[in-house]
Amino acid sequence: MTDDDQVFKALADPTRRHLLDRLFERDGRTLTELESELEMTRFGVMKHLRVLEQAHLVVTRRSGREKLHFLNPVPIRLIHDRWIDKYTERRVSALADLKTSLEETA
Amino acid sequence: MTTMTEQTTQVYSVFIRATPEQVWDGITKPEFTARYFYGSVIDSTWQKGAAYAGWAADRSQQYVDGEVLEADPPHKLVTTWRALYDPETAAEPFSRVTWEIEPAGEHVTKLTVVHDELEAAPKTAANVAGGWSYVLSGLKTLLETGEPLEN
Repeated sequence: MTDDDQVFKALADPTRRHLLDRLFERDGRTLTELESELEMTRFGVMKHLRVLEQAHLVVTRRSGREKLHFLNPVPIRLIHDRWIDKYTERRVSALADLKTSLEETA
Repeated sequence: MTTMTEQTTQVYSVFIRATPEQVWDGITKPEFTARYFYGSVIDSTWQKGAAYAGWAADRSQQYVDGEVLEADPPHKLVTTWRALYDPETAAEPFSRVTWEIEPAGEHVTKLTVVHDELEAAPKTAANVAGGWSYVLSGLKTLLETGEPLEN
């Protein structure tokens, strides 16, 4: 699966979108906190979080003894840039300019 | 228990097909930053205690003000951060931005930006929330499409 496939797959599930919405409201939460807001077993929440982590939509960081979950919006931005800006010339021309300027200074 | 500290920490992460050195250059060289960081050129000597300043390309306006707290190329860069482009964010105290660069496979690097110490800077926290995704996406595209330049 490509990175894009993983993101689309992760977003295709309403529970996972709900988890992302919870993190959007308040970021940096433990599994226990997220579990308390869902009608689901701890195991079920862990399974969904794992899919979100594989898609890189959730990243975890340790804070003391706690593992905190953060919403990472960058993969969604990448899809936006890939699909929505697909036909814009701006970036292509900017890169061409950069290539020229770097090669001149090399 | 979730504290206010955790709520005012923002984490952004991206995998880039580039070496850690290339990612470091993308973050620290103004000719790169001008291409993806809202057009701003970044000025710093990248020594601990040095100023960190982001300017409009024509230097008519300073966008970002800060200080280098830690520079460990090509692994980690920590600066303070105050956005000057908006009077409301400019009036807030400094927050902190940490760039973590880790190898994540052959010619793949994981870049994580942590923007924290935003407790006393709610306008800044709201202001940068969408911006970092845009910046990291732009940096990824720049480095991956510019790959032949590094040969």
